[in-house]
Amino acid sequence: MPPSLTPRGKKQRIDDLAASSGSGSAVGTAVDEVSVDDAGYVEETAGVSLIASAWRRLRGNPVFLLGAGITVLFVLVAIFAPLIAPHDPTAGLLIDKVRKQTNPIPGPQAGFPLGADDSGRDILSRLIVGSRQTLVVGVCATVFGFAGGLTLGTLAGAFGGWVDSVVMRAVDVMLSIPSLLLAVSIAALAKQPSQWTVIIAIATVQVPIFARLLRGSMLAQRASDHVLAARALGVKRSAIVFRHMLPNSLGPVIVQATLVIAGAIIDAAALSFLGLGNPDDRQPEWGQMLGAAQQYIYDYPALAVWPALCIIVVALGFTLMGESLREALDPKTRR
Amino acid sequence: MLRFILRRLLQMVGVVIVLSLLVFLWLRSLPGGTVSAILGEKATPARRAALEKALGLDQPIYVQYWEFVKRALKGQFGSSTGVLPGSDAFQIFLQRFPATVELSFFAIILAVLLGIPLGYMAARRRATWFDNGTVVGSLIGVAVPVFFLAFLLKYWFAIKLHWLPVSGRQDPGLDATRVTGFFVVDGVLTREWDAAWDAIKHLILPALALATIPFAVIFRITRASVLDVMDEDYVRTAESKGLTNRVIRGRHILRNALLPVVTTIGLQTGGLLVGAILTERVFSFGGLGEAVAIAFERRDYAVLQVCILMAAITFVVINLLVDIAYAVIDPRVRTR
Repeated sequence: MPPSLTPRGKKQRIDDLAASSGSGSAVGTAVDEVSVDDAGYVEETAGVSLIASAWRRLRGNPVFLLGAGITVLFVLVAIFAPLIAPHDPTAGLLIDKVRKQTNPIPGPQAGFPLGADDSGRDILSRLIVGSRQTLVVGVCATVFGFAGGLTLGTLAGAFGGWVDSVVMRAVDVMLSIPSLLLAVSIAALAKQPSQWTVIIAIATVQVPIFARLLRGSMLAQRASDHVLAARALGVKRSAIVFRHMLPNSLGPVIVQATLVIAGAIIDAAALSFLGLGNPDDRQPEWGQMLGAAQQYIYDYPALAVWPALCIIVVALGFTLMGESLREALDPKTRR
Repeated sequence: MLRFILRRLLQMVGVVIVLSLLVFLWLRSLPGGTVSAILGEKATPARRAALEKALGLDQPIYVQYWEFVKRALKGQFGSSTGVLPGSDAFQIFLQRFPATVELSFFAIILAVLLGIPLGYMAARRRATWFDNGTVVGSLIGVAVPVFFLAFLLKYWFAIKLHWLPVSGRQDPGLDATRVTGFFVVDGVLTREWDAAWDAIKHLILPALALATIPFAVIFRITRASVLDVMDEDYVRTAESKGLTNRVIRGRHILRNALLPVVTTIGLQTGGLLVGAILTERVFSFGGLGEAVAIAFERRDYAVLQVCILMAAITFVVINLLVDIAYAVIDPRVRTR
């Protein structure tokens, strides 16, 4: 660093530097050549940012394209569901065909390609409209879990010392309870199960995972040179945490979030299976449809197969996307 | 080494203490409270007060917690109200624990026997159709809800094809002798081979369903780890020295690549317990998992507190053992 710079200018430069030297992170912006030379940064990427090089690798990766394609399609169906669905998902249109004793499930027929459920409601329409609630459950559970983990992880990673010890012990305890058991225990606390108890239960399980992940990458940042430099210059702790450490730690956490959405959709189905899902089926959700189908599963397996297939395909989409993102952003695989 | 073990043991005790506090607070914040859970919502105030006094619920909270810990240490968790009404919750746990251990053991053996060789082969054939196919296959395995897979296996192999039994742990008509509670081991010990074989047949489908997720995880960790190790300098050195492929694979690649796999297997125990709740419910397997599922359906909190506490302790203990095993294999861990 040339000594001729004013202190104010130095601080500014280091701030900018710290924000841009995000190697191994998804949010690091393109590395500026001049500041790179100043910091003695090895110019191995030759001006190509991590995001750009990751995108170059992702573009040609069939696994990523398949995953992203499924995800985009799923989100589009969820957005335009009422326009696509052929019937009202809540109306018992085939209720006269339901015979409680002989034929509780009306089979496929003209206008109803997948048949109806035991209330005579069109399954295809319920699947299409159900994508909305499924997306809401997956995304909300992930966002809440992320927010909780962000708070705990930032606390632990930013302060270190005894704060870190206390937070991480709490996280260890949460991790020692098997995930679904924890989710089910939390869902059981609600007087009346609803979509929100499902979301909160699944989100809680994700909190320790996000917290650990974030704390790990924050600790790595704490020891790094740009944070040391900022500290030496007397940059405020809050500025160091929020402008230098946090943005550079988010990469692996965002990849994890993609995978968590898939897990949340599957877990919501498991909660329904165990009788702790949303009992109100006026707003269909795939996990709930699958849970409700179990009583007919040996006589009318199709009723369970359709929502299960939807869950599998969408969960696979998010997983394929998340895994290939992780691989693309992992500095180890950059070759 | 001794200091390492002692430190980890102390940490474990801390985790268990906090855990007991959490389970205690959880029980108290259940909807309607413990009294309604036992007596139902419509109990008369007199009966409620009597039970509150009997359970010590009129005492201050720290006294209640202390009583809870004292009773827990003696294995007194109250009587079951839903799983097996009237019988002791801890006895239910003890009776059902071997079933879940046996099932989990079979599942993890399956997962290891398939996951490690396939993961190794996928890494050696990187970016071929075999690699891509097995990777996507393992991801599909993770995407399938475990209980749905269990239903499919049961529907196809038990109900349609009649190849394997539909539910339970053993045909009750066999009248097998009980020694340890592990039915396969019992059959072998008493030389009742038909009983052992019958128990194995009952294990196959639930173990397959339960093994999918651990298999997928072990497969992917093995693959990633072998890929890492294959690029190490010492592997290149071994190759340039002209060592045979067999020696390089066995001593240089596999032995080093399997270290992270060992930790992963330990971490899978929590997942196995969760999977057991779902698969055992589908197959009416009669283990802890089924007990937990029924306990949640019928709000049997006596059984639940035992199961949650013991499941978490089992998980912590197994991971402690894995950490110690790891420290024995890899001295670098001890100094951390």
